[in-house]
Amino acid sequence: MIPLSWYLVLSAALFSIGFYGVLSRKNSVAILMGLELMLNAVNVNIVAFWRFLAPENIAGQAFAVIVFAVAAAEVAVGLALVISIYRRQKTVAADEIDLMKW
Amino acid sequence: MTTETLIWLIPLPPLLAFFLILLFTKKDKRLSHSVGVGAAALSWLLGMLVFFAAIGVDHFGEHPFTSAIGWLPMDGEIFSIGVLIDPLSAVTLFFVAWTVLMIFIYSIGYHNFGQPKGKDDVPGLPPQGAEEKHGKTSHTVPSVEPLYSRFFAFIALFAFGMYTLVVSDNLLTLFVGWEIMGLCSYLLIGFWYAKPSARDAAKKAFMTTRVGDVFMLLGIVSLYSATGTLNFREILYNEHVLETLASTPSVVAGLSAAGLIGLLLFIGTVGKSAQWPLHVWLPDAMEGPTPVSAMIHAATMVSAGIYMILRMFPLLSAGWHHGGDLTAAMSTMAFIGAFTALFAATIALAQRDVKRVLAYSTISQLGYMVAALGIGAYVAAAFHLLTHAFFKALLFLGSGSVIHGVEHGVLHTGEHVDPQDMFNMGGLRKKMPKTFWTFLIGGLALSGFPILTSGFWSKDEILADAFANNHMAVFITLALAAFLTAFYTARQISLTFLGEARTKAADHAHETPRTMTLPLMVLAVFALAVGWVGIPEHFPVIGGLLPNWFHDFVGGTLLEHPEAVAFSMTPLLVSLGVALGGLGLGWLVYRDVKTGADDPLRKLLGPIYAVLENKYYFDELYERIFVGPAKRFSEVFSYLFVDRQLIDGILHGAARAAFSLGGIFRRYIDVPIVNGSGDLTADLTQRFGQVLRKVQSGSVQQYMLVAALVTFGGLFYYLFGVLQ
Repeated sequence: MIPLSWYLVLSAALFSIGFYGVLSRKNSVAILMGLELMLNAVNVNIVAFWRFLAPENIAGQAFAVIVFAVAAAEVAVGLALVISIYRRQKTVAADEIDLMKW
Repeated sequence: MTTETLIWLIPLPPLLAFFLILLFTKKDKRLSHSVGVGAAALSWLLGMLVFFAAIGVDHFGEHPFTSAIGWLPMDGEIFSIGVLIDPLSAVTLFFVAWTVLMIFIYSIGYHNFGQPKGKDDVPGLPPQGAEEKHGKTSHTVPSVEPLYSRFFAFIALFAFGMYTLVVSDNLLTLFVGWEIMGLCSYLLIGFWYAKPSARDAAKKAFMTTRVGDVFMLLGIVSLYSATGTLNFREILYNEHVLETLASTPSVVAGLSAAGLIGLLLFIGTVGKSAQWPLHVWLPDAMEGPTPVSAMIHAATMVSAGIYMILRMFPLLSAGWHHGGDLTAAMSTMAFIGAFTALFAATIALAQRDVKRVLAYSTISQLGYMVAALGIGAYVAAAFHLLTHAFFKALLFLGSGSVIHGVEHGVLHTGEHVDPQDMFNMGGLRKKMPKTFWTFLIGGLALSGFPILTSGFWSKDEILADAFANNHMAVFITLALAAFLTAFYTARQISLTFLGEARTKAADHAHETPRTMTLPLMVLAVFALAVGWVGIPEHFPVIGGLLPNWFHDFVGGTLLEHPEAVAFSMTPLLVSLGVALGGLGLGWLVYRDVKTGADDPLRKLLGPIYAVLENKYYFDELYERIFVGPAKRFSEVFSYLFVDRQLIDGILHGAARAAFSLGGIFRRYIDVPIVNGSGDLTADLTQRFGQVLRKVQSGSVQQYMLVAALVTFGGLFYYLFGVLQ
């Protein structure tokens, strides 16, 4: 069986890649994609811990499913925001979207 | 390194080349094609090493090269994947390696490497030609393909798919290679994606083969559930498993499990190898560049279909004994194959496009192989697969060379004629001698010109087998198809190369560069020589001079070695008669077609000609039965009714209700109570906000960074607390 640490390393790598993407990409869609990666890294973590530490409980899977649902909702809202920003501003670059700046 | 390690390595170079080209070397055309051709050459070298190691082993069929690793842990056991080279895959590897390498080299010349860039060229369209100045005069010359590097990346991926398929030891990885090729054929047929016809052809090819693939996947799944393994050796080289499969009844009444699985897998081949009724995609696939046609129609994809049923032959024929009744799967194959062979050959008679003739001829020849396998002529089918791969790759590359030459003439003279229409050619033997001689060899091999060419030996073996085992219907159909094959080949060669030039463009045609003619010559050598490894022992005069190596070698793949058919004069005379008769007749009819003249066959055949010219109206039929209704269904039912009326109606109703409810809330609750307190809060907040607004920099990522830093800081603080 593959040891727990492998999953954790994979998850950490995935999380870091996603986080790097969120911080470094200009394109808001790409930022959303980074977010997805981070969320799924969390999922990997949850499922791995569940499997290795408490496989008799269903909590780990339940949490993962909830994260899925949250992720789906988040993307739906996020993309809708991006589209409506694009319609107004003709851009999706995060650093050009600064209407809220003081 | 052991031979097994080498086999694992065979598919890798093209895959690496694909990534290298796309990721790094795309800008540099010379580097890209060097990477592509280099990868193909490396695979070729590995393939040859493995092949020659294989033919050096005695009783190779019983001791093939195998190697496997555990891949997917299933409950209780581990699903292994691995490589297997047995006689059948060794031979397939041999022709795949050669044709793939030749096609890679040919592509350099075909895409006009070294020519100037055309000023009107855009990515996604064939190059339009560039002006070149010679002192005072200037004329148009072919220009380099804009997406040159991408082409090499795609065909490299294609080659990876084929090699994977050939070296696989189980149906699952075979299917993976099979699907990679499906994807690549879509990408390559639609290579000139700015042409609507190319786009349509790509979609058509993908969707038509998909129909077959779905059934094939069903077959694979039912095979796995019936036997618990997909490994070829475990299923096909195991009498016990085969007997069980042949005797268990399946869900379909009257069919054994083996029969049902065999039929499902065979439908995959019908799609991939373009057999009737899923043949429609292959002629349209001619929209792609010519090396693609050769790649798809000769070396790889369509051969893969035949290779798969050859591979699964023990399963398809489970319960059949030599000379006994055919199994359900086999009689289906015999019928579909023989029918397709004749059906496609008749269509090829009336096509004007030089590549389309070859496309239909390919369908017809694949039908030959399917029919041969259907009547149990295992070795003959494998033999024809081998010879056909060489001479058909040669013909396709030759036709590409012809088109290229005539295009050169079109650019040079500025005459607007279709460079692919054979009636615009003629007399090219003097302009393009190398192309002419190699094409002639390929054409003669295709029509089964006696003794010299490889096509004769393989076709003769199929006919002899059909005759000896008393499958008269198959024998007569295939003989008739062979006659038509010889006839349209003679028509093609006469119209293209013989006589006088019928257009100015053809008169100014030019021999193609060496990168194109060299592969032609190499393939021509194989188109002649590869038949000599399978000369029947009892053939008059020359039989027995060379041992019938092919039969002994490939026959060893099966558990029960097939016996060579007894020699008989009748099929030999028939195959001599149809080949020579067809060629002679074709030459007589077409040797002297004048400029602007119509096809002489139109007068001879009358209304039948129009039916053939329109391919029996199959495209129109499918349009009417499948495509049209699907479009109408989506238009009328899905869009107008479900979407516009039902869903929109509910939504609009809900919106109106919510709207009026909202009005009530607003008037009595929102404005007086909520707004009142809200405004008060807002005033307070506003003042507060004016102080805090400086923090808002407007950059989302900066916020994120701050948030992350705080989180990490907190985490560190907490962890330190815990540790202490």
